[in-house]
Amino acid sequence: MNFTSDTSIDIASAVNRATAPTAEPKLKVEGLNFYYGENHALKNIHFDIPEKRVTAMIGPSGCGKSTLLRIFNRMYQLYPGQRAEGKILFDGTDLLSKELDSTVVRSRIGMVFQKPTPFPMSIYDNIAFGVKLHEKLNKAQMDERVEWCLRKAAIWEETKDRLHTSALGMSGGQQQRLCIARTIAVRPEVILLDEPTSALDPISTSKIEDLIDELKQEFTIVIVTHNMQQAARCADITSFFYLGEMIEVGPSAEIFTNPREARTRDYITGRFG
Amino acid sequence: MSSLARRRATDYTVKVISVAFAAFALLLLAWILWTLVVRGLPAIGPHVFTRITLPPGAGGGLLNAIVGSLIQIGIALVIGTPIGLMCGTFLAEHGKTTPVGNAVRFVNDVLLSAPSILIGLFVYQLLVMPFGGFSGWAGAAALAVIIIPVVVRTTEDMLNLVPIGLREAAFALGAPQWKVVTLITWRAARAGIVTGILLAIARAAGETAPLLFTSLGNNGWSLDMNAPMASLPIAIYQYAASPFEDWVALAWAGALLITVGVLTLNILSRLVLAKMK
Amino acid sequence: MDATLTGNQAASAMAVARKPTGRLSDPIFVGVLWASGIFVLILLGLIIAMLFEGGLPALREFGIQFLWSTTWNPVTEKFGAGVMVFGTIFSAVIAVIIALPLSFGIAFFLTEIAPGPLRRPIGVAIQLLAAIPSIIYGMWGFFVIVPLMAAYVQPPLIDLLGPLPVIGALFQGPPLGAGMLTAGLIMAIMILPFITAMFVEVLESVPPMIKESAYGVGATTYEVYRNVSVPYGRTAMVGAVMLGLGRALGETMAVTFVIGNATRMSASLFAPGSTIASTIANEFPEAGPGSLKLQSLLELGFILFVISFIVLALSRLLVRSKLKG
Repeated sequence: MNFTSDTSIDIASAVNRATAPTAEPKLKVEGLNFYYGENHALKNIHFDIPEKRVTAMIGPSGCGKSTLLRIFNRMYQLYPGQRAEGKILFDGTDLLSKELDSTVVRSRIGMVFQKPTPFPMSIYDNIAFGVKLHEKLNKAQMDERVEWCLRKAAIWEETKDRLHTSALGMSGGQQQRLCIARTIAVRPEVILLDEPTSALDPISTSKIEDLIDELKQEFTIVIVTHNMQQAARCADITSFFYLGEMIEVGPSAEIFTNPREARTRDYITGRFG
Repeated sequence: MSSLARRRATDYTVKVISVAFAAFALLLLAWILWTLVVRGLPAIGPHVFTRITLPPGAGGGLLNAIVGSLIQIGIALVIGTPIGLMCGTFLAEHGKTTPVGNAVRFVNDVLLSAPSILIGLFVYQLLVMPFGGFSGWAGAAALAVIIIPVVVRTTEDMLNLVPIGLREAAFALGAPQWKVVTLITWRAARAGIVTGILLAIARAAGETAPLLFTSLGNNGWSLDMNAPMASLPIAIYQYAASPFEDWVALAWAGALLITVGVLTLNILSRLVLAKMK
Repeated sequence: MDATLTGNQAASAMAVARKPTGRLSDPIFVGVLWASGIFVLILLGLIIAMLFEGGLPALREFGIQFLWSTTWNPVTEKFGAGVMVFGTIFSAVIAVIIALPLSFGIAFFLTEIAPGPLRRPIGVAIQLLAAIPSIIYGMWGFFVIVPLMAAYVQPPLIDLLGPLPVIGALFQGPPLGAGMLTAGLIMAIMILPFITAMFVEVLESVPPMIKESAYGVGATTYEVYRNVSVPYGRTAMVGAVMLGLGRALGETMAVTFVIGNATRMSASLFAPGSTIASTIANEFPEAGPGSLKLQSLLELGFILFVISFIVLALSRLLVRSKLKG
């Protein structure tokens, strides 16, 4: 563990940022219930996600954290039999409303998955695919966009000479950063990260964690992770989920040093999960 | 102890028999191929590809039959591949749990193994009788009905091999379903889908029974799709059963050509598949 | 450089008006998908309807006796399906009886005995037997197997088994070469790869744990195969055999060459006979449009369809139930 003295300063500043009065939350979950068929997977969730912060969701497998993430971009709608009730306000609009088109939601709320998912095409086309869905850019603008997002994802130097080679030839860590670049390229407001480093080696993991820190300047980030150090390192706010309920939420420093709930403490100290 | 010895002896005997059976199956394949080569190869010459079918003794070839087969298979592909592709995609996208999906999958499996001669009778009733006679169109339609279930089956199987994550990633960028399918999943399964089409061509190339009552065969040179049209399997059928030596020789030449083509397509598609998995 | 790009792009970031990307195109696409699914259903419906409608006049003319009447006389225009239905089932059952032990043996070889690197090539080679077109089997059967049967197989069998009571009936008649047994033999080779492939698939799905525990108590390879693997996959294996049967029932070109095409009924394995498919292929050219003969052939087709549909449907139910559960 690298909870040295300078880390505690980090935590202090995170607390300050997290608790500083901000405007309306970017995402406001109100009384959300979710069902996989008969299975009641999320129970009456109330949750505010602040803008341009990193919010982490932790908890044991099957606690509902990934489920909640997949509701934010309406991924669950791909599967019949999955059903959400309640409200999720996104800048004041209800995300679950039928009038709101899923493709619009997903262009504004992007997602990066557990395993890297490069499309079977060139690096350039991987990025252009998403951009072309929503905007008409000429060649120069597209080139500019590709470079912009690859720089943002800290992978430009490694890829600039092979933009037109297949993305499948990259290493796992590079592929995951490409997926982040691809998500950024669409210029969403929120980025959802579903255990983005669980399939990666430690070096790639730390690169992605650095990246997350960079990205919160411009994007609202929600991350699901199994790795508690990762939540402590990256997140301003951490929430703990257990058996479909949100047990506790607060500034990461508080959750990890002085949790209010016994279950949170047990999980964090490794007594279960 | 003697019971153990007996059990061992049984085990050994069964193993020997099963090796023998496998060797026998391979021998049969070799025997058939050998027969085709021995009888077909000497009969193959330039005339097979440059002359049309002629009366016995006139030194005819199989040109019109080969061209007729290619045309009918080509048109059958143009009709059958898109339908098969879309139907296979339907099963992969919307047919997982829906009753309609299960019904379509069931019907397709039946069509895949249904007697091909009945496909011929069906098209005879549907297109030949009402529209005034045997035609290349009817032959192509019958072959399309043969092709569709093959393409449906392989397309569904191959699309199901595409990782769910890839689909979800495309949806997560805000792509509409049709773009996710056509630009991402089809592309990821491309090799497999092509394999299915190759297998369908191989299947259609050898089919004789469905053509008997549809394109009928034609001993002259004709590219008219509204008239009876020659095809390689029908020419083989007609010639093999004839009493004329040169016709029988041409039948063997045609049989060798078809078999080499069909087996090549099969081996090719298996190689592609092995690479994919 | 970086900063200007960022500024440039970020400035316009929030200004982008997001529009739905598939509001019109997706319903069309999904509609096309559903339509092609429904098309396949309609296709089968049309096949059934066309064959039924085409054969209906024959059924009206001869009544339900058409199904079992053994008369097939083009001169007097009296037709019945009895001989062909018998021939279809008889030859297909012969094919299955010959193919089954071979498939069991080959599947045992491929799953338990063959060394790893040989498994695939041998499996593929056997699968290639299924790829060879039916008409090639017909020619090979007609020119190679029929003469062999007539010269070396049938005469000794007729001499040896013909005089016996009861089973002697199976070995009567002149050694023509062509006939029921030859047809069954050729079809056995054709369905062998299908049955074997499904056997192998089923046997490979047997959980290794179950097999290992049998080996653990000292069972031999064959004992594990017979007492563990085969019982485990029994349902699906029966389905595989049904699939082979279904394919043999409808086989046309190969049979037409080697069955002898006689419209008489005989219990002998060596007697020439005919199947529904071979009769349709043979007699169609002499059946004019609208003739009673054509209608009878279409009715034969309908009967064949019903028989093979039942067998194939049953096969599929058995195979899918096991492979899924």
